[in-house]
Order: sequence, then C-alpha cells, then structure tokens
Amino acid sequence: MKFRVALLLVAAAGAVAVRAQQLVTFDRILHADREPQNWLTYSGGLFSNRYSPLTQITPANARNLELQWVFQTRGPAEPVEKSEATPLVVDGVMYTVMSPNHVVALDAATGRMFWMYSPRLSPLARVCCGRVNRGLAILGDTLFMGTIDGHLIAIDAKTGRAAWDVAVSKPELGYSLTVAPIIVKDKVIIGPAGGEYGIRGFIAAFDAKTGKEAWRFNTVPGPDEKGHDSWPAGTDAWEHGGGSIWVTGSYDPDLNLLYFGTGNPGPDWNADPRPGSNLYTDSVVALNPDTGELKWHYQFTPHDEFDYDSTQVPVLTDIEWKGRQRKVMLWANRNGFWYVLDRATGEFLRGQPFVRVNWAEGIDVQGVPKRVLNATPEGTLVYPNNQGATNWYSPSYSPRAGLFYIPSWMDTYSTYTKGPAEYKAGNQYVGRFPTMTVPALRTAPGNVNTRTPQEGWGAIQAFDARTGELKWQFKMADVTDSGVLSTASDVVFAGGREGYFFALNGRTGELLWKGNVGGQVSAGPMSYAVNGRQYVAINAGSALFVYALRQ
Amino acid sequence: MTRAIALLALALAAAPQEHSYTQADIENGARLYQGSCAGCHGPNGDMVPGIELLRGQFRRATTDVDIIKIVQSGIPGTTMPPTSFTETQAGSIVAYLRSRAPAAPPAPFGRGGPLTIARGDAARGKSLYETKGQCATCHRVDGRGPRTAPDLTEIGTIRPAAELHDKLVDPNTNIRQGNRYVEAVTKRGDKIAGRLLNQDTFTVQLLDANERLVSLSRNDLKDFTYLKNSPMPSYRDTLTPGELDDVVAYLVSLKGLRP
Repeated sequence: MKFRVALLLVAAAGAVAVRAQQLVTFDRILHADREPQNWLTYSGGLFSNRYSPLTQITPANARNLELQWVFQTRGPAEPVEKSEATPLVVDGVMYTVMSPNHVVALDAATGRMFWMYSPRLSPLARVCCGRVNRGLAILGDTLFMGTIDGHLIAIDAKTGRAAWDVAVSKPELGYSLTVAPIIVKDKVIIGPAGGEYGIRGFIAAFDAKTGKEAWRFNTVPGPDEKGHDSWPAGTDAWEHGGGSIWVTGSYDPDLNLLYFGTGNPGPDWNADPRPGSNLYTDSVVALNPDTGELKWHYQFTPHDEFDYDSTQVPVLTDIEWKGRQRKVMLWANRNGFWYVLDRATGEFLRGQPFVRVNWAEGIDVQGVPKRVLNATPEGTLVYPNNQGATNWYSPSYSPRAGLFYIPSWMDTYSTYTKGPAEYKAGNQYVGRFPTMTVPALRTAPGNVNTRTPQEGWGAIQAFDARTGELKWQFKMADVTDSGVLSTASDVVFAGGREGYFFALNGRTGELLWKGNVGGQVSAGPMSYAVNGRQYVAINAGSALFVYALRQ
Repeated sequence: MTRAIALLALALAAAPQEHSYTQADIENGARLYQGSCAGCHGPNGDMVPGIELLRGQFRRATTDVDIIKIVQSGIPGTTMPPTSFTETQAGSIVAYLRSRAPAAPPAPFGRGGPLTIARGDAARGKSLYETKGQCATCHRVDGRGPRTAPDLTEIGTIRPAAELHDKLVDPNTNIRQGNRYVEAVTKRGDKIAGRLLNQDTFTVQLLDANERLVSLSRNDLKDFTYLKNSPMPSYRDTLTPGELDDVVAYLVSLKGLRP
C-alpha cells in the first residue's frame, strides 16, 4: 500500500501524465466516433467504415510523416508468417496479435511492451492460407481472441492472463478461428475459417463474462432449417458445405441487426457434389444478435465454382438514394462486383463491376448474377482470378467525401479445371487448384515482379457511393492485400505487396507520401492519438510499423 | 540435432534416391505433408496439373535436394509458397513422397514425360551448344558466358525436355516471367534495354546490355516497353531433328550446382 502511494507520488512529481484507463463499455463501442484517439474494434466502429475522425495529418503535411517505432515479436525460432491484424488502441495502450496467436499490450506512443500472451496451440491446427490472426475484440477490461486451433480465449487486458478459454470447433477437421471477434452488447461473436476443408460454417455468440455459448447460426442450413433445399436432397453435401467466417462483421443498433459475410461453398472448384444455390455460402446474412435468428440474406454468388468468398467487411452508411435517405450497405465482393444493398431488408439496389469480369454479364434487377461461365474438365479462363477482385482486407468509406475506397486486383485471371473432390475428414476438399499468374496469398522471400500488366496489377479505386461513378484510381505495378483507411482530413492510407505504405489525397488519388516497409502489406491501417499526436499503424511482413508527423 | 541434420544432408547428397529413410522420417513427413502440402497438392499429391507428388512426377525437380530446396524456398512467381521447414523437416517430406512412389523408376519429367531425351546424346549436344548452335554467345552455364540471356546452369531442373525442345524451335513460346526483356527511354532520350529483374509502382530494376545492375525511377522515364519477342533465333531450320534432340539432352543434363 505504501509502495503504491509512493509510486503515485513519483508519478505526480515527475509530471508523468498517466492516462485514465476506463472500462470499454458497449456504449463506448457504439459511439466510437466520440473518442477518435481510440480504435475500439477491428474496423474502428461497428459500421465498419475504417474511417478515422482524426485530422492532424492532412494532404498538405502528409509528406512529413516519419517512422516512430516498429514492433516485431519474431525470435529466430519462430516461423515467419504474414501479420494480418488490425491493432486496437484504448487510452494510450495498443493491443494486437502477431501471428499466429501472440497477443501483446504495447505503449501506443513508444511501442514498448507491457505484456505478451502466447497460448499453447494444438499441433492439429490446419489452416489453408497462413497461420494468421486478424485481431482482437475488447469489452470491459477483457480482450477476446480466436485461435488457429479453434479456441476462443478471454484475456485480462491489464495482465495478459487468460480468464476463460473455450474450444469452439475441432482443429483436426480444419476448423480454425482467424477472424477478429465482434462484440454486440454482452456477447462475443465469432465463426470458423476452413472453407477448404469441407467444414460446415457457423456464427456463434458467447457470453463475454463466462464463455458460455448463447446461440449458433449455421451458415449451411441442416435438414430442419430454412434454406436446406438449396442443397441436394438425400446427400450429405451440406455437412461439408463450407460457408466459413473469417472476416469481422458489422452491427446496426437501430435495426438491431448483425451482419456477416460468408465464405465459399465446399468443394471450392468442383460443384458437382452440390447442385443448387448452396445457401448461405458467398452471402451476407443479417441476424438478430440476441438470438442468432436470420432476418434476411443476400447471396452474391449462387452455386459458386470460383472460390469467390463473400468474407468482406459489410460497410454500413446512410446515403441519399433516389431522393430519399436510405440505410444501405456497401460491399465490394471478391466476385468482381460492388453492391449497394438496403440493410434493413436486404433489397438489392445496385451491383456493378469494379474490375474486368467475364464470368457474369452483370446482375439482373432481382440481384442475381447473369452467369455465363462454369468450370469445365477442359479448363475455363475466368476474370477475376481465384483470389478475386478484392478479398478479406478492408475497404474504407469516407462519409465526408461520400467515397468508397476499394483495394482492387485488376485484370487478373485463373483457369478453372474441374477435378475430383472427395471428402476425407481433415483433408482439403477443393477440387483442382486453378492457375494464377499472381502469387495467391503471399510473396516469396525476395519476391520480384517481372509480370506484364496483362498478367494483373493492383489499384486503390474510389467510387462515389451514391452515383457509382469511378472518381479515381491509384495504380500499382503489383496487386495488394492491404486494407484502406480514410480520415476526416481526406487522407487515404493503404499499402501493397511491393512493400510500400502510402498516403493518398482522398479526393483525387494523388500520392502524398510513401514509406518503404520492405515487405508485403497484408493488413488494414488504423489511426489513433496519444497526448494529442496522431499516429497511423500498419502491419507489413511480420512486423508492425507506426508513423506520425515529424516534430 | 545438428548431427542429425548433417547426417541426413550427407545421406541425401550421397544417395539421393535410394530410399534410405527411417520409418520415423516417413511418418513425420506424412504428417507434415498432410498438414501443409495437401492443401494445394491434394491428399494424393495430384491436384496441381502436371505434378504427381506421390508418383515421383515433379515438374521442376528430380533429386531430393531439388525437392527440399523447393519445399523450403517455394517457386517465385507461382502459387508455391516458401515454408519455414528446416532441412530435416523438408527431408522427411521427401522421405514420405519417395515412400509412396511406385517401385518402377519414376517418369523423369512432368507433362512431357520421358520424351525426347532418350533420343539425344548429351555430349554431342554440348558440342553443338558451343559450336554450331552458338548458344554460348548469349547464354551462360556454370559461370561461363554472358549474363544477358537466361542462365542455363540449372535449366534441366526448370524446364522439362519437351518444353526445351519447343523453345529451341519457337523461342517466343512460353516465355517465363523471369525472362522478360524491356526497353526504357529516359526523358533525356537515353535508351536502356535489358532483362527485367524487378519492378514496382515507382521503380524498375534491370540488367542492361552491358551487364550493369540498373535501377530506374519511373518518374525519369519517357517510355517503358515490354519486348514481345525473344531475341533468340529459332533453330527449326538451323539444326536437324537429331541435333535438336542432342541439344535438349545436354540442356536436360544441366542440374545446377547442387544436382
């Protein structure tokens, strides 16, 4: 006790400004825009705009950005895996995850570590596309993380000790948790990746205090559930039907609806075992977050054969639509189209291509793609490629500019050849791997790009959400797995595989500044402030880089 | 541990395909294979076209060392990623693959199968390469020859025989991503041509005609072109069919510094 008093006195005497650290109530999360210095959820707010109200960094001064600190957990014994997480920042403390599941609490101004938590992971964990994690959720003073071996763990934000640890799904069957959980009220909500292993996807809610499962929504409906007739009768295709969850959803408190995008049907590239539209794969589902009940769904790619997961972040905003304000959802999909949906009803309002697309000739008024290509035994050349026009990395919406910023893979293509697919527990259940000119997930060490533009390139594209008009394109010689951040001072941040992190003028796309991070950016940028100074953070390679204006 | 690695490496170097693996190696490799490789290659190793890993049919590798190298480093420009496997781990994957291969000698090459090479004579091919074919005027093998054309030191592990044959007849076919030639014109009017080594949104790296490593800023360029055609002549009419087979046989024999 005396010791504590003494410490406080020292703090006061040395004029060290110890920030108050209040509990992160759900009310704070709902109103995250009222505390722009913090970043309380994966996407910065439950509307998932990945938009920061901070304005210190502007188009006029962005050229003065400089590196403040770097954090990397890697010891020589640890395999290097790309870091896909978006950090959280709460009152001067940053919480993030380094691959696969090392949780750290850092001083957000200096990068110095308070604690680290590394759960023991099952060797049975199997992941298609990297031993990665996309981030944490926080409620009260507890952090929540899904692990690659299918556990959901609650962690004390002050000490880094696990408070509870529940097994959500079986790693030996290919279920893994890579998504940042989302908090709605008193529940932690998460779902499994594993669409390449013949899993049956679900979204599940857990009591934040105890870890007790509250409800579960099956993304592939069983025999007693609505939508089951979109799977072949009399077969077990639905039991391995996919519909994985690996990107965080969004929440609208007025409608009390939780939105999640779902992954590809299984097997990915041979649809013969699953005639039908295969609900609710490649869809957005709107659920009651208290019960898990389905309110509506919209399927972007019925009966998918091209691995066009709809695991993108649902971007929520209210815009003027044909003369009246509407609650909409913006969605740039892996299948090459970007959509405007009514988020109260799921009504399709618009869908237009944002890259070269040849598998469908547009989308009809009902919202059904006018499909013209299928996988064949001889091989079918399809634009966009298997990794899609965009993917899990977040787009951004600036309500101020009315612009929707999409990280885009331009002019990419794959040849899909139908091959055998047989389900064997724990093995991949996919069909034949399609060809690609661009590396699918990650670049090799020392990767070089000697491709011609005809073999694919990358862009950040800005579309007017209301009119659908393309406002600008920032072109890159390589594709990008970077999310986009926009700010209230019209600065847009993004990166790419080439190892640059850069700032663009959000109105024009003009390059304002770039920093060399020396490795692939496969994460979304976020912004926060400590003691009045604005920072921007980005994971690249397997390290975290933090920038601010030169002082 | 170190000793084990050294021993394994020695065993692999000395007797690359004699299946001298322990059951533990094979079981360990099976586990690693199913966990990390089966994702793309399939549980039976046959999901990537042209490759049958469990039948000893590889596209770019013949020896165990080749396979270990590919397992560890991946293949740039393809979907085959690098891994963090140690040499021991990669070696156990090879042990597993070899243990599953049929007893008959594996087909030496991928899609093309044992085409062409049986017909050619590598020693005659080497001589043709140096004389009548004038290949050494542009290509480099084992540190000899110019660097502007692709280095052929390990071409036998990169391209199958049938593909090499096609390339000799029609050099513009199947140009690999690493063998692209570009021409840049600076704003001052200087022309710089060479082999494209790397590029990004802001810069270009190349090996120019004088074998200089050149890095250019795109801002300084007036024009930048990818050359469509290979500078190599076709040997369709210059070499007889028999001579073509000989050159292919020689090229196939080029397995690099660690064959």
